[in-house]
Amino acid sequence: MKISIKVTLKKDVLDPQGNVVGQTLKNMGYKNITEVRQGKYFELDINEKNTEKAKTVAEDICLKLLSNVVIEDYLIEIK
Amino acid sequence: MKSSVVVFPGSNCDRDIAVALEKFKISNQMVWHNDSVLPKSDLVVLPGGFSYGDYLRTGSVASKSKIINDVIKHGNNGGLILGICNGFQILTETELLPGVLLRNKQLRFISKNIFLKVTNTENKFCKKYEKKKIIQLPIAHNEGNYYTNNKQLEILEDNNLIAFKYCDKKGIINEDYNPNGSSNNIAGILNEKKNILGMMPHPERLIDPFLSGEDGSLLFQSLLR
Repeated sequence: MKISIKVTLKKDVLDPQGNVVGQTLKNMGYKNITEVRQGKYFELDINEKNTEKAKTVAEDICLKLLSNVVIEDYLIEIK
Repeated sequence: MKSSVVVFPGSNCDRDIAVALEKFKISNQMVWHNDSVLPKSDLVVLPGGFSYGDYLRTGSVASKSKIINDVIKHGNNGGLILGICNGFQILTETELLPGVLLRNKQLRFISKNIFLKVTNTENKFCKKYEKKKIIQLPIAHNEGNYYTNNKQLEILEDNNLIAFKYCDKKGIINEDYNPNGSSNNIAGILNEKKNILGMMPHPERLIDPFLSGEDGSLLFQSLLR
């Protein structure tokens, strides 16, 4: 089973890298891009057949290592 | 007094802090991150550097290393812990200190001397700064932008848990003298029991007139009983 995890900065946390990417896109002529937020993406293979169990493990991993809940949100998808 | 400096792969200020501790007659030993038992110590130092190449988030991988369980136990039992630079980042990732160090607002690595105001001298690390509260120390970091939510920030301010703030040479604290975008100009904080200090500036780099200053010495002198 595959788990994909997106980790993004919370809305009220400043994202200077995202801002620079956004500004660059504007400079390149993409005037309709209003905001860019940069994040991280993880793909995990898990030896588990039960979706719920896999989700619980993924949740645990996000809380303990992949994200810092002070500044980041995470989104788990099981495939 | 006995100290242990934890060495992680990628630590690069471990030797400097060891020299500083020895200069002030603190009997020090180096401890490898993969050891599981912390030697008996009064003080544990998490040094500066780039532990584990700063992978994932600064300090995050180090905060899960083998030795850390003992470091957390040491802290929870009231033992002294000093985290400098990357050490501060590790302390927030282990949740021994609140908040997190984000990338510098200007997206640049900053390496220069800055002025600091010692905003709490009633703790074991800063006692000797009572008569000299405006000091100069070097900073050298890419992720020194202290961030926490407003509620936590209020707790830090109200309980006087902020040890150092960035300021100008007269001690004025404002946005113009905030090198990295830190909330409330925070450069170093204490835990509630004040036995754990995390700071971005490097006191171990200014302990001798030959190094152009001694403002770091007072921190080590404070530690001596």
